[in-house]
Amino acid sequence: MKQFAALLRKDNQPVRYLVVDDSVFARKNLIKMIEMFGGEVAGEAGDGLTAIAEFNRITPDIVLMDITMPQMEGIEAVERIVRQHPTARIVMVSSVGYQENILAALQKGAKHFVQKPVKPEVLYEILRYVLSDDPNAVGSPVAFAGEHRS
Amino acid sequence: MRMELIQPFINAADAVFAESLQAPTKIVDLEMDQEAYRRKGVAALIAIKGDIEGRVILDLSPEVALKVASQLAGTEVVASEQVVRETVCEMANMVIGNSVTLLNDQGFHFKVFPPEIHMEETGLAGSADTEALVICIETPCGNVYVNIAMHYLHRRRKERNTVPALD
Repeated sequence: MKQFAALLRKDNQPVRYLVVDDSVFARKNLIKMIEMFGGEVAGEAGDGLTAIAEFNRITPDIVLMDITMPQMEGIEAVERIVRQHPTARIVMVSSVGYQENILAALQKGAKHFVQKPVKPEVLYEILRYVLSDDPNAVGSPVAFAGEHRS
Repeated sequence: MRMELIQPFINAADAVFAESLQAPTKIVDLEMDQEAYRRKGVAALIAIKGDIEGRVILDLSPEVALKVASQLAGTEVVASEQVVRETVCEMANMVIGNSVTLLNDQGFHFKVFPPEIHMEETGLAGSADTEALVICIETPCGNVYVNIAMHYLHRRRKERNTVPALD
């Protein structure tokens, strides 16, 4: 398995993630990658409404958000989360990657987009970028643990 | 059979399995099918309606689905019907998502319906009158079948209009 240097917060603690996807299977796949990157899964949600509640409860460093979900879709959830928490860092993760979707998500406040199937090395680079995006945020600049994890 | 409409689905299916499993895959069989689709394992049928219309069926055995799930989760998954359904659904969503991204960026607009999972012994309704292309993809987890039937809606309307009325 490919090895990655741990992505850590400024305080050297693991980056805390909220993983939002209606597919348990897809969440497990993302959780596996988060663990490869030295992160901590602070919460999971299967729809946009639960994602908002979970965000308010755990205030994660990063949200990985699917787009097509029951009850409330990912783009609407992004809009509501960002309205309440303007510094929220949300990365959209969807198999549908056409430009209208990407633009809509970015306009509502998402920081980045990654298409499924997610390649660990692609997600890793996006997370590095997003974590270093806001100089005032907890998790930036990205710190490296100095050890390689498998 | 419009290959320009079929090709994005073939490419996406091959790429999605290769990337998800982080292993090489190979298209080992490709054939035309005009009969009602006979499911080989657990099938996810996704319908598409709009500028182009048709359906795609992703079909894999429960054993293959469990191997794929374990590979993606990075750990052995406990075998259950729910895991099999979830796996087939998610793989189908990824194949369709990647294909429609290509087609949408080419200017086609359409609605993609949620996958219908078929596990029962009955055949797949609505596939009897459709000429389809069936491909078999060899993966390290086993064979995966994709059945694709797709056509332009405007062409079909035009064809209908040129057929003289029978009454």
